[in-house]
Amino acid sequence: MTAVQLWRSVLSKDLRLAARRRSDAINPLVFLLMVITLFPLGVGPGPDILARIAPGIIWVAALLATLLGVDRIFKDDYADGSLEQLCLLPQPLAFTVSAKMVSHWLLSGLPLVILSPLLALLLSLPTSAYGALSLSLLLGTPALSALAAIGASLTLPLQRGSALVSLILLPLFIPLLIFATSAVESAGMGMAVHGQLAILAAISVLTVTLAPLAVAAGVRMSVN
Amino acid sequence: MWRWLHPYAKPEATYRLVDKLLPWFAGLTLISLLVGMVWGLAFAPADYQQGDSYRIIYIHVPAAIFSMGAYFGMAICGAIALIWQIKTAEWALPAIAPVGAAMTAIALFTGAIWGKPMWGTWWVWDARLTSELILLFLYIGVMALYAAFDDARTGAKAASILAIVGVVNLPIIHYSVEWWNTLHQGATITKFERPSIATSMLWPLLISLLGFMLLTATLVLMRYKNQLLKHELNRPWAQAELALDSRESAEETR
Amino acid sequence: MAFDSFSEFVHMGGYGLYVWSSFFLTFLVIAGVALETSVQRRRLQKESLKVQRRKQRLARRTQQASAEE
Repeated sequence: MTAVQLWRSVLSKDLRLAARRRSDAINPLVFLLMVITLFPLGVGPGPDILARIAPGIIWVAALLATLLGVDRIFKDDYADGSLEQLCLLPQPLAFTVSAKMVSHWLLSGLPLVILSPLLALLLSLPTSAYGALSLSLLLGTPALSALAAIGASLTLPLQRGSALVSLILLPLFIPLLIFATSAVESAGMGMAVHGQLAILAAISVLTVTLAPLAVAAGVRMSVN
Repeated sequence: MWRWLHPYAKPEATYRLVDKLLPWFAGLTLISLLVGMVWGLAFAPADYQQGDSYRIIYIHVPAAIFSMGAYFGMAICGAIALIWQIKTAEWALPAIAPVGAAMTAIALFTGAIWGKPMWGTWWVWDARLTSELILLFLYIGVMALYAAFDDARTGAKAASILAIVGVVNLPIIHYSVEWWNTLHQGATITKFERPSIATSMLWPLLISLLGFMLLTATLVLMRYKNQLLKHELNRPWAQAELALDSRESAEETR
Repeated sequence: MAFDSFSEFVHMGGYGLYVWSSFFLTFLVIAGVALETSVQRRRLQKESLKVQRRKQRLARRTQQASAEE
């Protein structure tokens, strides 16, 4: 089996599992919608306030939803030993685990991108910022998934690692949050957003390329 | 070239080296900090814009620089620990992290205290302040991850990986002032251009920089000695070392 | 000397509270780290004594056992 075939089979297995246990993938999205619904109730339904804080709310909710899905990335494979098998294979582990990152993105990042116009509508974001919001999510969420995989691999052997995962992941998420919200805000004010989106894309490219190495190291550490 | 490093994979040899170096570091720290602080506080002229409040620079800038320097050193130790699987490098992580976190905390609150009279507010969500705060969280994350594992070696490996991943934050902190034009002023000292500070203010700053570097090193070495002893507690050399300690303290009380 | 008198030095041109509090807090943090380190060392000392005593006890017991045999 070549590395690419293995990669594909890992990905398709993850997707098939997700298709059979739909609640795992859907719950974080419902959580996200709930968080977004809570804000108008909390800060008042005035469209001005909501429009101003919308980019921040949507992105923070996206970060939290990503954290909810972190456990799913490796936990089952670790428990049934197939992760150990992946480590033993001659195919490069860093490449194989990147399939895990992709499946996490397909199940948590991509739905977010698709949902984003709805979220923008709920928070009465200016129409001019819709595109920027979707683009910022499209460019930023791959990096979120890659970082989430790092966090997941580092805390695998821990029984109660979820609080620790948030502690180590949120600082790493912050640069993304800053640039993404700034992009959506400037789009709302009718300014150019190329700069922020380019930086977001750069962060994503860098993270997605280098994260598999860190994830592979983390998985090896956890399995031993 | 590497041969002279080999003995220091052995904890006892490392301990002897650290023990020999520590008094020098501690002495030089004391001297340079004293000179730097007294010069900076009493002899350097007042700033024509900021008055005497700028004197906070003599702790703020060194602490900020070595909060990053300590992190970089920690990441290097992590890389060494991961690549060559050297235990003595793994134990450097819990020695460096608290010291670096302390430096970060110092940089943050001196910045806040300096910001109050200058900007009129304790805290702004300025890029550099925010990224320095992230650095503090990273330190806390590294310490928490190291402590979370029952097996110290697994914990050290996990913390090393996290430390290396977190290094990307360092350039973000460093260039934040140039990338975002926010409230925080630009760098005071640069290597390649003429510094934006008068020579009479620069000298004490350089000396306090040296002082803080040595201070960081001294504190790290003190903690590192403890780490070496902690992991080798069953070995005769560590027990002899600690027994020597108690004999000394007994003589002191007498 | 940038100051004419000691009271001016303490006053720091109106910024005395800010300057001195930041220096004091810095000193406090560093002293805290140093203190924690020495406390750690003392704890290690105690632990080492415990380990040694346990070893001696074990040695004595094995000696007794072999003597009884």
